[in-house]
Amino acid sequence: MAEIQLTDLTKSYGPTEVLHHVEGDIKDGEFIVIVGPSGCGKSTLLRMVAGLESVTSGEIRIGDRRVNELEPSARDIAMVFQNYALYPHMSVRENMAYGLKIRKLPKGEINRRVEEAADILEIHQYLDRKPRQLSGGQRQRVAMGRAIVRDPQVFLFDEPLSNLDAKLRVQMRLEIRKLQQRLGVTSIYVTHDQVEAMTLGDRLMVLNGGYVEQFGTPIELYDRPASVFVAGFIGSPAMNLLPAEAHSDGIVLPTGVKLAGAQTQSGSVLLGVRPEHLVPDQDGPIAIDVDMVEQLGANSLLHGTLSGTDHAMVASIPGHVATANGTQQRFSAAPEVLHLFSPETQKRLDA
Amino acid sequence: MLKRVHFPSSPLPYLLVAPQLAITLIFFIWPASQAMYQSFLVEDPFGLGSEFVWFENFELLWGDQHYLDAFLRTAVFSVLVAALSMGSALLLAGFAQRVVRGAMFYRTMLIWPYAVAPVLAGALWVFMFNPTLGIFPYFLDFVGIDWNHYLNGGQAMSLVILAAAWKQVAYNFLFYLAAMQSIPNSVIEAAAIDGAGPGRRFWTIIFPLISPTTFFLLVINMVYAFFETFGIIHAVTQGGPGSSTTILVYKVFNDGFVGLDLGGSAAQSVVLMALVIVMTVVQFRYVERKVEY
Amino acid sequence: MIENRPFTSFLSHLILILGVIAIALPIWITFVAATHNELRMNQTPLPLWPGTYLWENLQKTLFGKGLSGSETAPVWMMLLNSLAMAMMISVGKIAISLLSAFAIVYFKFPFRMTCFWMIFITLMLPVEVRILPTFEVVANLGLLNSYWGLSIPLIASATATFMFRQVFLTVPDELLESARIDGAGPMRFFWDILLPLSRTNIAALFVILFIFGWNQYLWPLLITTDTSMTTIVMSIKQMLEAAEQSPQWNIIMTTALLAMVPPIFVVISMQKLFVQGLTETDK
Repeated sequence: MAEIQLTDLTKSYGPTEVLHHVEGDIKDGEFIVIVGPSGCGKSTLLRMVAGLESVTSGEIRIGDRRVNELEPSARDIAMVFQNYALYPHMSVRENMAYGLKIRKLPKGEINRRVEEAADILEIHQYLDRKPRQLSGGQRQRVAMGRAIVRDPQVFLFDEPLSNLDAKLRVQMRLEIRKLQQRLGVTSIYVTHDQVEAMTLGDRLMVLNGGYVEQFGTPIELYDRPASVFVAGFIGSPAMNLLPAEAHSDGIVLPTGVKLAGAQTQSGSVLLGVRPEHLVPDQDGPIAIDVDMVEQLGANSLLHGTLSGTDHAMVASIPGHVATANGTQQRFSAAPEVLHLFSPETQKRLDA
Repeated sequence: MLKRVHFPSSPLPYLLVAPQLAITLIFFIWPASQAMYQSFLVEDPFGLGSEFVWFENFELLWGDQHYLDAFLRTAVFSVLVAALSMGSALLLAGFAQRVVRGAMFYRTMLIWPYAVAPVLAGALWVFMFNPTLGIFPYFLDFVGIDWNHYLNGGQAMSLVILAAAWKQVAYNFLFYLAAMQSIPNSVIEAAAIDGAGPGRRFWTIIFPLISPTTFFLLVINMVYAFFETFGIIHAVTQGGPGSSTTILVYKVFNDGFVGLDLGGSAAQSVVLMALVIVMTVVQFRYVERKVEY
Repeated sequence: MIENRPFTSFLSHLILILGVIAIALPIWITFVAATHNELRMNQTPLPLWPGTYLWENLQKTLFGKGLSGSETAPVWMMLLNSLAMAMMISVGKIAISLLSAFAIVYFKFPFRMTCFWMIFITLMLPVEVRILPTFEVVANLGLLNSYWGLSIPLIASATATFMFRQVFLTVPDELLESARIDGAGPMRFFWDILLPLSRTNIAALFVILFIFGWNQYLWPLLITTDTSMTTIVMSIKQMLEAAEQSPQWNIIMTTALLAMVPPIFVVISMQKLFVQGLTETDK
């Protein structure tokens, strides 16, 4: 098992830099999820760790070795690809054994490892089938099995669930998490799905445009998003963001209403409040003109605009509501759930 | 063009391309440049030396009525071979595409001439049209045609065209059939609902949609008629009677190996090369813009 | 079919049957000629129905001294020569094309594009147009009357290289990455992954190349002067010439039949691969 250190990591294709000075320490046995929209560089980062992309500058260390110049096979890693990348002409058993065969492990040892992995993943009955005779979920398991038999220091996952249907995705997500906890192997997992990221990761690295926006636990990301981007990316529905004015005794909304509470900031800010933190309150300071209601069963989403402005707002209320479209609803929000961001840098403004 | 990921650089790729490059250099590029070079030379009558004469060989070619005749003859020959074999292939494919029962059988029965070497195709047809023994002259006699392709240049030409086209029908048929089968059924059905009968559907829907294939086959058939029919001509008529079936490729061979006019033959080779290059370029431009439906 | 009109259906079958007859007639007549004796083959009209001499003709043709009055190698030897030439051309072409396509697709190296264009240019130079100088090269190398001289100049082929390039480009990149993580080097990847994945393409190409090789005519005609090197396809021409003096059409047509049977057998028994190979190489 091993820790991974990324130091000042940069990647360029010709003159275009696609990853900028990425830093990160990953502890032994940790499950790290790299999350971000498509094109943010998350797959590139993972492939650099795998050795499939060269490093332009900076350093990657796995355990106590610098691996920048090592071939993928020498890095003691295993990778699960988005399309599984199973060798189509080999049986499941051969697929899993291929890497071990190349490493010239004794036959008995190879068999033992394949059997063991097949036990863990419950794929015994498919061992002699070809990949094309398997369903998506089964192929997914085989791809995992191929990673497990190598007994590597690091698992790398490149959006491994995105080719599965929604129900299977949830199930496999849990299995991957359980498996990782059981094996205790340091893992890096790339996804664009924030729910997957939140449920899987010990820590999340949020990437945007090649920059690390924030690297922390899911709860840290939710409670204290470091930037407007993270605030909008983590949590569903996304955080409401409003331009506002901060004063020492409170925050003035575009409607002129003041949310009372001591503030250390002053001047123009972006005020963020999550839909689920808006509490219905007859006398609340935040008024929303509702124009659509989504009933989700457990809770209801009220879509509308901040009264008197055209700033879109969403509120999430537990249970069913009988609010009619076109009515005005009032809400309040506790001072500790308000987030302030700088309109210029888009970064969090903190006490 | 190239994979996104590739192996780290090493001398290995040079070893991998070496065999093909060596053969290409020794047997293609060197001889072709030799042909080029020779086309600028004139050998003295005793083969003792040669003189560099620039474009004189080419000028001689353009002044040579025999060569110009051969050029025209080749054009007529190729167009007729292409038209005959593509026309019959189109007809057969059009009907084969309609039948459900026995489609496999028809396809099997129609494609095997592809496997017959041109020279064998020539032998088969020359046997069938043998003036004294052949089946066809025997029957043609009843309708008052006296067949002898050893004496009659027009008949000799018809015979090589028939043999060449016969062999090529299989190839064209396969490509036409594949093209027709790739037209979505819904398009044909829509035309049927619009009230177009089978014949009308063929000419207004199917034929325009397979026009890329027609164009592709036209180029392929021209190249075939230009070069691969050498065996047929050699076996059936040897360019005769007179020179009534001497097409360009046969003339290159004849002037070079039989007449031993190296410079002239090389100049003819160069002209042929230019023709092939033009056809290949045309074909590749077409492939790039290949129409998909 | 959209409408069910018995007449059009009947017409379709009628036209197709006529087509089949027209296409098959020359081969039928060849077959018939191979089943009669010399005597019958000199009387008009020639027969249209098989006789009983096929076995005898086959024996005479395969093991006899060819046509009486001309000295040729026995036909079984020609068949072997043809087989050797066809195999060498098809196996050789496939081997060198696989290797060079592999290099061009999976490696980045200086002069990669130069190599590509040098291979590409062979597409434009059919053997017929450079026949004299190529003959000289082969003669200078001392390869006349040898299997090497017969096959090597016909081996370099841009079409096969292009086809494999196309095939390799459709192999997902992840397989290569996966193999690299598994520790496979370039040649190991080539043998273990790429070759097995291209199996049907190789087979399809083999079918086409075998026919191409078997049917070569002009090149063997120039390269072989020794009768022991004669291929069956080129022997037909010699027999036709001899036929002008002593027409033994039963023997000539039996030889023609023997020359046609192997490639026709390949086309019919491997029809699917044949169609695939044909459409792939000419795209």
